[in-house]
Amino acid sequence: MTGYIVRRVMQAAGVLFGVSILVFLLIHVVPGDPVRLALGTRFDPETYEALRQRAGLDQPLIVQYFNWITSAATGDLGVSFRSGRPVTQMILGRLPATLSLAFGAIVVALVMSFTLGTIAALRQGSKIDHVATAISQFGISIPDFWMGILLILLFGLQLDLLPPSGYVSPLDDPWRFLQHLVMPAVTVGVVSGSILTRFVRSSVLEALGEDYTRTARSKGLRERTILVGHILRNALIPTITVTGLQLAYLLSGVVVIEVVFSWSGLGLLAYDAVLDRDYPVLQGAVLLFAVFFLLVNLIVDLLYSYVDPRIRY
Amino acid sequence: MSQTQTAAEVPDRSGDPVLEVRDLRVRFGTKRGTAEAVNGLHYDLYPGETLGIVGESGSGKSVSTLALMGLVPEPPGRVEGEVSFEGRNLLDNTEAQWRDVRGNDIAMIFQDPMTSLNPVLPIGRQVTEHMLLHLGMSQSEANDRAVELLERVGLSDARRRLDSYPHQLSGGMRQRVMIAIGLACKPKVLIADEPTTALDVTIQAQIVELVNDLQDEFEMGVIWISHDLGVVAGIADRVLVMYGGRVVEEAPVDELYADPSHPYTLGLLGSLPVLGRRDREELTAIPGLPPDPVDLPRGCTFRPRCPYQLDERCETERPPLRDVGPAHRSACFYQVPDQEEPGEAFDV
Repeated sequence: MTGYIVRRVMQAAGVLFGVSILVFLLIHVVPGDPVRLALGTRFDPETYEALRQRAGLDQPLIVQYFNWITSAATGDLGVSFRSGRPVTQMILGRLPATLSLAFGAIVVALVMSFTLGTIAALRQGSKIDHVATAISQFGISIPDFWMGILLILLFGLQLDLLPPSGYVSPLDDPWRFLQHLVMPAVTVGVVSGSILTRFVRSSVLEALGEDYTRTARSKGLRERTILVGHILRNALIPTITVTGLQLAYLLSGVVVIEVVFSWSGLGLLAYDAVLDRDYPVLQGAVLLFAVFFLLVNLIVDLLYSYVDPRIRY
Repeated sequence: MSQTQTAAEVPDRSGDPVLEVRDLRVRFGTKRGTAEAVNGLHYDLYPGETLGIVGESGSGKSVSTLALMGLVPEPPGRVEGEVSFEGRNLLDNTEAQWRDVRGNDIAMIFQDPMTSLNPVLPIGRQVTEHMLLHLGMSQSEANDRAVELLERVGLSDARRRLDSYPHQLSGGMRQRVMIAIGLACKPKVLIADEPTTALDVTIQAQIVELVNDLQDEFEMGVIWISHDLGVVAGIADRVLVMYGGRVVEEAPVDELYADPSHPYTLGLLGSLPVLGRRDREELTAIPGLPPDPVDLPRGCTFRPRCPYQLDERCETERPPLRDVGPAHRSACFYQVPDQEEPGEAFDV
């Protein structure tokens, strides 16, 4: 197990290295000059050159990359062109918002998918099954930002039940934090939940038809024991992969939703950085998304061996 | 292994049967119409007795035993008739009453031990979970009993095996675990649904022998389902031959093999290789396919595949079971001559 984890972390480091090169190149190759953007339409060529020099933009790309990656390895992601603040500090400041939205959404998704998916599978072909399938089809089809706007209009403005947008730190006011979290978490969670519902439904259906379920019935166990102890336990295995992918996606900042709800997380940070050509911030954010992805995948693989004894590392 | 049963080994049938099946019918509603899977099954099972049920796939043998445990899904299934267990008709059971019967009074072991055990649960939990329920044992009591049972069915190092998972055991070992699960609550009836089909031949013999021994020990009635007449010959006291959801022949095991009466039984025996017999030139096959339960043939269900069809009633009437010898009954209008070799009429 330890050997496996070490191997996986080494692999992850390799992937990260590749990602860092790609991110760096992509950002530097796309048109747009951050210094020119920062200076506005009228500027002095000397100031321009001086600023470029200070940001290191006059050096060859390879040197720029090397400088960036060596300091990134020590946790220093550089300084924002725009605000002049250290990027690492900016990212850490945004992390709680993104983490809370991602985990809030995944909770919504899991509750929704396991409830709907299991009921639909147990009552296959019934009205409940059709309704559940329709809901998940709906959730997959509608664009999340549109649903977000509708929710804001309905609950935020029309009914005035929830704050329409914004983020409040749970340390400042836990109750208001939760109130602000509900709508974005539901918006994102319903999309992920709809995808997961289909997986849960088909996994439960498959497990229902398995011989071991018949064996469990032949022992005289209660239906609930069979469902929880035998069927869901097996249905969990394929579902974990999809849940992991969804979580990784959510952690990489749900950009559009964070914009719609003014949720000041990493997605919004990256979005602003793109508009401002704020290279260091954008590079740092994308690199962090890659780290999240690798980390979640590693955790999923480790969880696998926990829920499925046939898998041993 | 008791390849041939001597008179002394034949179980006592003078007492009360543990299971009485009367006119058992199982139907399924399908899109094409009603599938008549089991049509009027009728038999008694005595303590210590082994009843072999033989037939092709789709003959209704497995479904008929699922009905004994209330495991036929209703709907689309529909079970009628009477199954008396200790004087009570099980078919009147509520779901809660069925749960009391399943795994407790009547237990079942299944065909494929590779898929019949839950892959993600340890063996110990799978052997003990119904003991906790039916026998009201604590987990540690149940564990002790599980170790005893696993040792009894021939698993070495049983205590350690409680924490093993099915994939860590061989097919034969898994079937032994299935048997331990079946025996856990000392059932009065054990239904073995082709438990040796998925195993290789040497393991088959061990499993047959094991069940034989355990049956004496536990005084159980055993229903052994198989499509393999060879295996049934080794274990059964009496045999029912099923075809199209009906019993077409019923006889003590020796009698059935020595003096088969129904053309279908003759065909089955003719398709069985016999070691050391050189006079039989080749194995015969029964032409055609088993009948479609949604559209059973008129008259005798075996008629379309029958080489005799010598009675005018074959096409119009269902032949009833009639006595052809002591405890030997056959559902055929025609009496096949005694000297005819099994399968001979199927040679074309």
